[in-house]
Amino acid sequence: MTPKTDEKKGFRFYTRLNLSGLTGLKAATLEELLQHIKEVPGSCIYHHTHRFLQQHQYLSPEPPNDFAYWVTHILGDDRLGEDLASIDTVQFTTIRELREKIVTVIEEYLKKYPSAKRRFVNEEQAFSFIKSMSFILPTHYIASNLREFIEILRKVTIDSIYFHIFEARLRLEKKSNDFSNWIESFLGDKELAEKIAQLDPYTQTLEDLRQALIRILERKLK
Amino acid sequence: MPKIDDYIPIVGQSVIDDLRLLADHLKGKRIQHINSTAVGGGVAEILNRMVPLLKELGVNTHWDVIKGGEKFYDVTKKFHNALHGKEGDVSNEELATFLENGERNLKEMDLSADIVFVHDPQPITLVKKKKENKWIWRCHVDVSRPNPKVWEFLGKFIAQYDASVFSAPGFSPQLSIPQFLIAPSIDPLSDKNKELPPETIEAVLRKYNIVKDKPIVTQISRFDYLKDPVGVIEAFKQVRKYIDCQLILAGGTASDDPEGQKVLDEVMEKAKGVPDVHVLLMPHNDIEVNALQCASDVIVQKSIKEGFGLTISEALWKSKPVVAGNVGGIPLQVTHKYSGLLCHSVDGCAFAIKQLLNSPAYAKKLGENGREHVRNNFLLTRHLKEYMLLFLSLYHKEDVVYL
Repeated sequence: MTPKTDEKKGFRFYTRLNLSGLTGLKAATLEELLQHIKEVPGSCIYHHTHRFLQQHQYLSPEPPNDFAYWVTHILGDDRLGEDLASIDTVQFTTIRELREKIVTVIEEYLKKYPSAKRRFVNEEQAFSFIKSMSFILPTHYIASNLREFIEILRKVTIDSIYFHIFEARLRLEKKSNDFSNWIESFLGDKELAEKIAQLDPYTQTLEDLRQALIRILERKLK
Repeated sequence: MPKIDDYIPIVGQSVIDDLRLLADHLKGKRIQHINSTAVGGGVAEILNRMVPLLKELGVNTHWDVIKGGEKFYDVTKKFHNALHGKEGDVSNEELATFLENGERNLKEMDLSADIVFVHDPQPITLVKKKKENKWIWRCHVDVSRPNPKVWEFLGKFIAQYDASVFSAPGFSPQLSIPQFLIAPSIDPLSDKNKELPPETIEAVLRKYNIVKDKPIVTQISRFDYLKDPVGVIEAFKQVRKYIDCQLILAGGTASDDPEGQKVLDEVMEKAKGVPDVHVLLMPHNDIEVNALQCASDVIVQKSIKEGFGLTISEALWKSKPVVAGNVGGIPLQVTHKYSGLLCHSVDGCAFAIKQLLNSPAYAKKLGENGREHVRNNFLLTRHLKEYMLLFLSLYHKEDVVYL
């Protein structure tokens, strides 16, 4: 089941709450990291490429995925860390494609710099693989026009914004985000929908993203 | 006792709305928490706050404490140390004492709730009475390098649970049952963390004969080897060679910790002849702990092993700069040089304290960053949300659940 917006009633805001599951899998070298990245469930890849968005929203600037953070700050390989941080997550519409990209980046790096395989960390600093379990709930907020939509956008949790922008796009494999979909199909404003779809949500905090959305939508009202 | 709406000014209306939405999905379920002490230590402290709030949200929750004598708690303390990796054997006789105590509690306790939530190893054997209901084992200790004999012994019981919970990713072992990551939390409205008027802080300092005429460095923790209070005194001695300051080592002992007095005696011995060291054995008094933290310039938590180390979140919530051992759940709370300083040794601890005392602007920034990090990740409201999600997860196997 996928949450649906009843267009007659307007846009219902959902929220997405996350519970982190542990796998007991750990990596102390790049080869171990690579091996696990190939084999872990998709919910693990999702967790490590999206967790920072909510958990570290005040620790900006942070690398946009846990793999980049660990490789740079714990394993001490700045060059590979930069390659991993530069992966343009917004381009990928499935977790499978994103996983393949991460694997390719590490494999190519190890081919080019085989000595990187010798780097290791102690047990306490090993990378721990975590997976996400998401719970999606309808909130009581429903917008029937753009003005109401903006007002609600000011009030909802960052988890709700996260759900409609990120979860809908990548994990649920929708081509665009929920906000753009609704604005185009219900309000019939393709231009506005595209403007929102063009935002790169991975390079700003969720609070900044909220403000950016509100600014774009308010301009439309004027 | 605060009401759930009292948290709105701190976390926002929408966070509380989400808690209510979740609670609605738990209507009709009975939840029973079980641990080994009603007072002292982090588990009891959290349950004291959490249980009333869950009830207010409409989740049918109650909390029971197992019974046990001195002999049993001597064994469970040994278990605790062994799980933290401390050398030393646990004898078969001690294992038998542990099992016998479990049997006595099994006979007396009603364990028929829909979800039985067991905290730490002490009550772990109660799972023998598991029927069709769901059982969760919540591990609050650092089990990254446990004593194999004790871990294997506990493993037979853990395998009978439906799910387990750990506080930090590094603690996660390979288990046959699902594991979840849930960090503990602090209550911003509790006596220990609420804002205090200056008069209260001054009164507490007066009570303990502390004059704030020089910077205060403080560690507040149970008197326990794993908190390394002796190491803190050694670090302080190094700092004091260069900076005129004072040290407060304050704490109590938990009712399930028989080792506390011995550690306190060693601390008193070590502190003898060292000027400006205040060793305070405090009765359980949260306002006084709060006041001492507020009065401090630097807060230290030089733990060698740590289940989580909530004193860090308490300090950061008060925007205090912290120096902490890089162990257990501490690095989740402190990002080095961003929301505090991490250390691995007495020398490292002393260096970090000196840095903070000598650079007040830097120290202030670390404290401010720390407060926001705690607001976002370590308050009771986040903990309530994750416990309710955990309860719901017992009834769903998929990764994405539509409620």
